[in-house]
Amino acid sequence: MSTNKTEGLVDFAILSMKYKTKLTKKFENRVKYTDPNPNHIMSYIPGTICEIFVKEGQKVKEGESLLILEAMKMRNQITMPHTGVVKSIKVATGDRIPKNQLMVEIE
Amino acid sequence: MSLKKHILDLRKRKEQVQKGGGDRAIEKQAAMGKMTARERVIALVDKDSFTEYDLFVEHTARDFGMDKKQLHGDGVIIGTGTIYGAPICIFAQDFTVAGGSLGLMHARKITKIMDHALKMRVPLIGINDSGGARIQEGVNSLAGYGEIFYRNTLASGVIPQLSVILGPCAGGAVYSPALTDFVFVVENISKMFITGPGVIESVLGEKISMEDLGGARVHAETTGNAHFFAESETECFEQIKKLVTFIPWNNSKKAKAFPPKPPKFKGKIEDIIPSDPKTPYDVRDVIKAIVDDSDFFEIQELWAANIIIGFGRLNGETVGFVANQPMVLAGVLDCDSSDKAARFIRFCDAFNVPVITLEDMPGYLPGADQEHAGVIRHGAKVLYAYSEATVPKVTVILRKAYGGGYIAMNSRHLGADFMFAWPTAEIAVMGPEGAANIIFKKEIDEAEDKDAMRAIKVEEYKEKFANPYVAAAKGYIDSVIEPNETRSLLLHAIEVSAGKDDHRPAKKHGIPPF
Repeated sequence: MSTNKTEGLVDFAILSMKYKTKLTKKFENRVKYTDPNPNHIMSYIPGTICEIFVKEGQKVKEGESLLILEAMKMRNQITMPHTGVVKSIKVATGDRIPKNQLMVEIE
Repeated sequence: MSLKKHILDLRKRKEQVQKGGGDRAIEKQAAMGKMTARERVIALVDKDSFTEYDLFVEHTARDFGMDKKQLHGDGVIIGTGTIYGAPICIFAQDFTVAGGSLGLMHARKITKIMDHALKMRVPLIGINDSGGARIQEGVNSLAGYGEIFYRNTLASGVIPQLSVILGPCAGGAVYSPALTDFVFVVENISKMFITGPGVIESVLGEKISMEDLGGARVHAETTGNAHFFAESETECFEQIKKLVTFIPWNNSKKAKAFPPKPPKFKGKIEDIIPSDPKTPYDVRDVIKAIVDDSDFFEIQELWAANIIIGFGRLNGETVGFVANQPMVLAGVLDCDSSDKAARFIRFCDAFNVPVITLEDMPGYLPGADQEHAGVIRHGAKVLYAYSEATVPKVTVILRKAYGGGYIAMNSRHLGADFMFAWPTAEIAVMGPEGAANIIFKKEIDEAEDKDAMRAIKVEEYKEKFANPYVAAAKGYIDSVIEPNETRSLLLHAIEVSAGKDDHRPAKKHGIPPF
């Protein structure tokens, strides 16, 4: 044990103090926060794209359905958050996608 | 039949049933690197102390051709025995019999031994090795699980409950171990998950191996569901036996006292601690320098390593240690370390084990991920657990005790019985740099050489506040002590608080921030 006691020590800042310490795997693998982009429609659950109702360049009103994401045997309607234009569609019918994947970009 | 014949008949019946699923199933179990249920029980308890019950129980299922199948003991062994002389109740699922699947009678046997353990007020050990619910028995099997969980909950805080995962433990079955006090896992053998890799792939399209999903290491390192990790079943049984020596039979008793032994550590405690408060050290070395025989039995060693918990003895009496670990994440409190400490404190309180807190921490871990993971709710558990605990509570502040961390780590304000601080203790709202930047912002901003001014002001603050004497002047600290006095003062504190009788307002139960 004593041989590796100084191995892997890094600077670690808490408020304005910097400590020498080791990091945990969980800390190193943590998801860093990024500002959500309101023009990116992301999947909030992993699932399958069942149907896509819109085309690129199409004008869509707030609340209209963009596509159906099936997950846990539920057909989830993904709707337009505000009136705008579909800039690009990043998924195709039948795609199986993970959580937090960009599905549609709007403007 | 003559009496002799009756006895021979009994022996024959026993021999047949004790083979469980038969030679081929036993061979298969061995091929998986696993001991049989019977071998496990025998290996765990004192020699010749195991007495089995319900050997001749048979299942009652009639559908799907089950009426033609005989399942010996219905796939589980129950009984009583002793570990180093301490009485225990035990059940062990037998994977060689229908994959250890849980049917109505299987569950009845388990609940029978649980009821017995609760009535006799002795620890319960459950060895889990089961493919899950016996599908052919339908809702009866679900009922069985529910009745086990119910008893786990009733027994919680009354008798110690230990779960040993020596095979698969999947679906609803995982909740019995989750409700118990200590979970033991063994590398390559233990598997715990709610939904298996197959379901995850078909529903979500995520591919993951069983080992990566719910193997022993995952639960010991990542989820914190397991308390003890071993590389072999034999090592696991040694851990269980050792734990049993540290804990009492039930909540009305104290753990067995052992002959007092001095620590093996022969140096000076102060030499373990670097003089620079930003340089880390392994707080386990401090614990080993304090406890009898330098024997510290650590719990959840691999998970949330920024806090250290475990048992040791002082003058032969079991105590629980909660210590910040400056070696990992500077010893901060975060979601996981708060959960880890709070649950341990509640175990100690329920089972009359005094809690010793060694404090050296810079505060809570900053970050959006922590805030969003609910560090407020998790951190509150530590405050709750310390405030609620009525066992003797002793704190030693080694170095840093900043901000919320000072309050949370068993401060006087949460009901600590003894507050000791080393002369190196820094008790303040925050570290000197941060504090100086705020208090002396104007002076620093207006100075020509800002860094020089900042350094002067940091020193000024350090002189004034980064010490134990401000808190001692208010009586928040009872005594500023030399590091080498720590063991003798802790022995004294435990000795004079042997008759502690502290009560909380009568209530049905509190509502801790789960």
